[in-house]
Amino acid sequence: MFNRDRWREILEVLTSNVWRTIFTAFGVCWGIFILIVLLAAGKGLENGIKQDFGDTATNTMFMWTRATTKAYEGLPQGRGFNFKISDVQAIRDNVPNLRFISPRNQLGGFGGNNNVVKGIRTGAFNVYGDYPEIINQDPMAVTSGRFINYNDIDEKRKVAVIGLGVKNDLYEKDEEVLGSYIKIQGVNFMVIGTYKKNNSGGGEEGQKEIFVPFTSFSQAFNQGENVGWMAITANDGSSISQLKDKIIDEMKKRHKVHPEDNRAIGYFDLYEQYNRVESLFGALKAVAYIVGIMVLLSGIIGVSNIMLIVVKERTKEIGIRRALGEQPWSIKKQILMESIFLTLISGMVGIIFGSLVIYGINSLLDSVGPVDMFMSPSVSVGVVTGALVILMVSGLLAGFIPAQSAIRVRPIEALRTE
Amino acid sequence: MIEIKDLHKSYRMGSNSLHVLKGINFKVDDGELVAIMGSSGSGKSTLLNILGMLDGADSGEYTLDNVPIKNLSETKAAQYRNKFLGFIFQSFNLINYKSALENVALPLYYQKVPRKERQEKAMKYLDRVGLKPWATHLPSELSGGQKQRVAIARAMAAEPKVLLADEPTGALDSKTSYEVMDLIQKINDEGNTILVVTHEEDIAHMCKRIVHLKDGVIVEDKKIEQVRAEQYV
Repeated sequence: MFNRDRWREILEVLTSNVWRTIFTAFGVCWGIFILIVLLAAGKGLENGIKQDFGDTATNTMFMWTRATTKAYEGLPQGRGFNFKISDVQAIRDNVPNLRFISPRNQLGGFGGNNNVVKGIRTGAFNVYGDYPEIINQDPMAVTSGRFINYNDIDEKRKVAVIGLGVKNDLYEKDEEVLGSYIKIQGVNFMVIGTYKKNNSGGGEEGQKEIFVPFTSFSQAFNQGENVGWMAITANDGSSISQLKDKIIDEMKKRHKVHPEDNRAIGYFDLYEQYNRVESLFGALKAVAYIVGIMVLLSGIIGVSNIMLIVVKERTKEIGIRRALGEQPWSIKKQILMESIFLTLISGMVGIIFGSLVIYGINSLLDSVGPVDMFMSPSVSVGVVTGALVILMVSGLLAGFIPAQSAIRVRPIEALRTE
Repeated sequence: MIEIKDLHKSYRMGSNSLHVLKGINFKVDDGELVAIMGSSGSGKSTLLNILGMLDGADSGEYTLDNVPIKNLSETKAAQYRNKFLGFIFQSFNLINYKSALENVALPLYYQKVPRKERQEKAMKYLDRVGLKPWATHLPSELSGGQKQRVAIARAMAAEPKVLLADEPTGALDSKTSYEVMDLIQKINDEGNTILVVTHEEDIAHMCKRIVHLKDGVIVEDKKIEQVRAEQYV
């Protein structure tokens, strides 16, 4: 294989008609270029969309109560009800494979009234009553101080963790935040930490939230045993979409909801959404591969064509070589290697150009700032290796027919003068 | 060295079949220089192709150096050609993008002789045909006579048992023809067996034996007094 004479010959053959070789190579080059760029673009879109999910635990569902739509066990339809804090333990006992169950309560909301006062400043913010686990389900970076812990829960401390947006609205630029007090609907809470959220999904709103311990929230705002909604995350091995029905059935049982009343308990399955997006990208990737490989295929056919012509041109030479005693297999190998070499080299050029274009787009994106739904297009080393393997195989395929026709050349016919 | 018994060969041309060789019997001993003569269509090239294992016979026996040549696979045929036979063609058939030296070294390459040894050996044979100074030249830079001498060096490089020359002087003027024949005679003097296909009387008479083919049969097979080509050079 690593035979000096053979390689010299390959180069001699390929350089004997430089322009033809270049035009042939271009077909393959173009194909692989398209493949790489399409895959990178798909990846960029994927990165952009997934950025919106941030590092939110995606194996999560949210569940809340609504009015019943069916009468059941003597209770009328249209009855409102609330989850209770005891439901959390009931779910934990009856449904396996759940990682976090966070009961939550909420005050305020988008466009709500001003509910928070700090000195002479006021603002409208979402105030959540939460358990410490929520930071795993709705990830945020604690930028100063600390997040809520179980001591806060147990002792019902009136403490609050505020977002950077809240801080900007309520505080002076250099004002000390930690240890200061804010008044939420008339109740004073001490600020013990600030956070910043990474996912852009919440946007501006995501930074304007206040987290207080669930128990303090219930007490301060008269929620009693009520739970507004729950965020439930499943273990990594199992999917929340499959556990969802079990959880909801359990809740229906506990709250005397008709088993077929599908509207009494509302939910949002993040995992399902995420999967939908995932499968969209799967499809996108498949399209990129199909288009890329189709374009590549036409390049390969070009190579095969040229190799056939090369064999035809060299019929006489092949005849001479065989008369001198070259083995048919050796001739076949020669043609195959020429074909693989040509494909591989032109493919690599395509990969390099593709990478340059991706690099260019990336630096353009860097200079103009983030673009919606598109972020750092890239291809992995795996894809590049895959592309090289595809090239290798296609080179082999492209050379196969010409090589076959080369050894079918009978020396006597090849040598016939004229 | 070569023994042929009742060799038949026919070509199919559409629906008719053309019987080219109709039972050839002949024998060549070691060190002979045989001219195969005949007008075109007499079957002399076909005979040479069969002797050269470039083509198969329909029936009959062919023994080369006590090895029966029959039903060879392409791989085996290539091996035998490389080991037993050296070819000299009318149109030289040098590979035009390889230098004279590389052309001569080619059969050795197929024998998997190491590169260095190959080049030394090729240079030796090139020297023998008097073309050492042209070793790095491409065939296109050589004259017809020189090309044929390179081809002769190539045919000899693998040290074959038999040299087969198909109209070796067919494309050359008479002066160069004699030069080439002189070379062939000298190679024969060293004990090599050579078969020359030709239709030129004077060339045939420079061999030691003339086999006359006509319509696919041997009509005449005689030993002759060799005319040395030297005197014309």
